[in-house]
Amino acid sequence: MKTKAKKGHWYDYLWIWSIVYFALGFFNILFAWLGLIDFVLPLIFAIVGGNKWFCNHMCGRGQLFWVLGRNLKCSRRKQAPKWISSKWFRYGFLTFFMTMFGTMIFQTYLVFSGAESLRKAVKLFWTFKVPWKWAYNGSVFPDWVAQFGFGFYSLMLTSTLIGLIMMVLYKERTWCSFCPMGTMTQGICKIKAKEKEIDHDVK
Amino acid sequence: MRKAANDISRCVACGVCALQCPRGAIDIYRGCYAVVDVKTCVGCGICEKACPAGSIRVKETEEASK
Repeated sequence: MKTKAKKGHWYDYLWIWSIVYFALGFFNILFAWLGLIDFVLPLIFAIVGGNKWFCNHMCGRGQLFWVLGRNLKCSRRKQAPKWISSKWFRYGFLTFFMTMFGTMIFQTYLVFSGAESLRKAVKLFWTFKVPWKWAYNGSVFPDWVAQFGFGFYSLMLTSTLIGLIMMVLYKERTWCSFCPMGTMTQGICKIKAKEKEIDHDVK
Repeated sequence: MRKAANDISRCVACGVCALQCPRGAIDIYRGCYAVVDVKTCVGCGICEKACPAGSIRVKETEEASK
């Protein structure tokens, strides 16, 4: 019998981090910068290790959807339409997401260069502006640092909201099937796996 | 015998199936897709219920006829 014993790990509780992140950003937008960890770590795992260990074990957002959807029964647990996990939609969504990320960086640049002033607002679904004045009252950092915070927090909040809607309507972790980070890291892993196979064939 | 089978062209390698498998029969192969160890799999279908992409399914395998 070869069954692996199921052990608890510290990283099983990273869903708490997802909640803490949004709570911190509610009080001070500079904490939004911490979200970059969730961007950089999966990429390091994929580029260096050639694996999706972050998605598989450490993603706080995925865990949160599981806790809310499965444990707290907030999900219909119905299969999502097939096109949601199709290649064209996944890569299309990744492209859209990266474009929006680029726009956000450009907005930060405009504040950096002085062409525009800091806007203390969070933009939901890339459309709706929500005043977020209380989260920033100046700091030792220049304004563009806060502008990036507002932009990045908007991006994180929007994607979590999309994920929550998908969780309620379909399976708990439907977000994972088109998550831009997931698509990107799987793409990197596929390229790396292919390289290894070629290396193997040569030898 | 009923066993879990994964459609690797649809799999997003999120690892939910591997986390849920009570027998640890599923591994994510190099971050590309989930691989089911058919020797360990008992066909319980827990992975199928968890899979967000609908790529992993419990199916009747050919071994059954033997």
